[in-house]
Amino acid sequence: MGKTSVGSFLSSTVAIASKDLRSEFRTKEALNASFAFSVVILVLFSFAFDPSSEQLQTISGGLLWVVFSFAGALILNRSFARELQNDCLDALISSPAPTGALFLGKAIANFVLLMIVELASLGVFALFYDSRFGAQLLPIALVIALGTWGITVIGTMFSALTVNLRMREMMLPTLVYPLLIPALMAAMTLTTDLMSGTPIGKDNTIWLRVLIGFDFIYSILSVVFIDVVLVG
Amino acid sequence: MRNKLVFVLCLLAAGILCWQLYNVLLNLPNEKDQGAIYRIVYFHVPAIFTGFIGFFIALGASGMYLGTRNLKYDAFAAAVTEVSLTFATIVLATGMIWGRIIWGIWWTWDARLTTMLVCWLIYAGYLMLRRAIDEPTQRARLSAVVSIFGCTDIMIVWKSIEWWRTQHPAPVLSVRDGGGMAPGMESPIYWNWLALMCLAAVLVIIRMRQENMSREIDSLRRMAHSY
Repeated sequence: MGKTSVGSFLSSTVAIASKDLRSEFRTKEALNASFAFSVVILVLFSFAFDPSSEQLQTISGGLLWVVFSFAGALILNRSFARELQNDCLDALISSPAPTGALFLGKAIANFVLLMIVELASLGVFALFYDSRFGAQLLPIALVIALGTWGITVIGTMFSALTVNLRMREMMLPTLVYPLLIPALMAAMTLTTDLMSGTPIGKDNTIWLRVLIGFDFIYSILSVVFIDVVLVG
Repeated sequence: MRNKLVFVLCLLAAGILCWQLYNVLLNLPNEKDQGAIYRIVYFHVPAIFTGFIGFFIALGASGMYLGTRNLKYDAFAAAVTEVSLTFATIVLATGMIWGRIIWGIWWTWDARLTTMLVCWLIYAGYLMLRRAIDEPTQRARLSAVVSIFGCTDIMIVWKSIEWWRTQHPAPVLSVRDGGGMAPGMESPIYWNWLALMCLAAVLVIIRMRQENMSREIDSLRRMAHSY
């Protein structure tokens, strides 16, 4: 790849990402729905267990990632499906932008949207469940970003894969959640550790490596195979 | 020719399984800590080998399909995945029975058990995806990609033995540094593995034939509709 083609790949990526973000910020449909949904789940959790118990510390990471991955499904489901109207998807595929850039652009837009929803619901979580993680805020943000990238990469890829299926809304979570489990396990463990005051250190760096490895492997696989999925 | 092959493989699998059943049940002594239940390992371990080899072969076939776009490879990948999923189910079932006797519980959320279950779910999703797509080339294309993504997950399972300390018994075969089984107790595992591989081959051949036929019927139906 020459210098100019790298440049045009990047500019296509940025164009797709900003297009998606702009159209979402104008309507805020997915953002609002996804945030409202995550607040509803957070409220439901208060009935599932005693919200004031000490046990909460040990399951907080798990709770948060369940909320994040459910909220993510709402955003990711629409990522490619919204392009079906007026044959926008065909137009995007036949445009000069490479499919890899189309994928990355959409993944970046989804990542930004999901991060917004997650940070907002993290605040709601802290408020409702009296969670104090201020001291570990930066490592928590890092773990959230890494976990979210994992969710977005797999989610965007499978959003493209299931876009033309009859049972799209059902197939996406069925395929995505099992694949996400290694990343979610790692993110849950790290978040729980950080929330209960244990910094990332000797015992849990393995999980950080799992998370980074997962993101890396599936990012590359997705960019390589997106052409097969979208074009044929 | 194929019928003969199926017959020979079937006979071979049945012969070895009968011989080893006799050997395992009547010849071998009970294990000193576990008693009689340890014998389930002679089906548990061969089934996991067969299943995993199948998933890797399905990965290869999916890659071959994407390279050549020949639908034969897709039929092969689908057949192998289906058969491997059956063996994965056997692994989970025999493991649970063993766990109930030795650990006193049907299931524990140990890393290896969990990841095996995750693999099972991924490939069940793969088969569900195949049912959701009618158009053969689209089905082949998309399921090949899912197979590649799923197999990557299996690598994580494989590595997880080293990554996480687990409740699952450490590998007992001698190929992995030393191992823990007496020589006479180990050989039935390999014989049963051979038998299960033959059985898997038979099932794959039969399943592939069905897959090819259903594709043929499908194209005939399309032809009939176009008139």
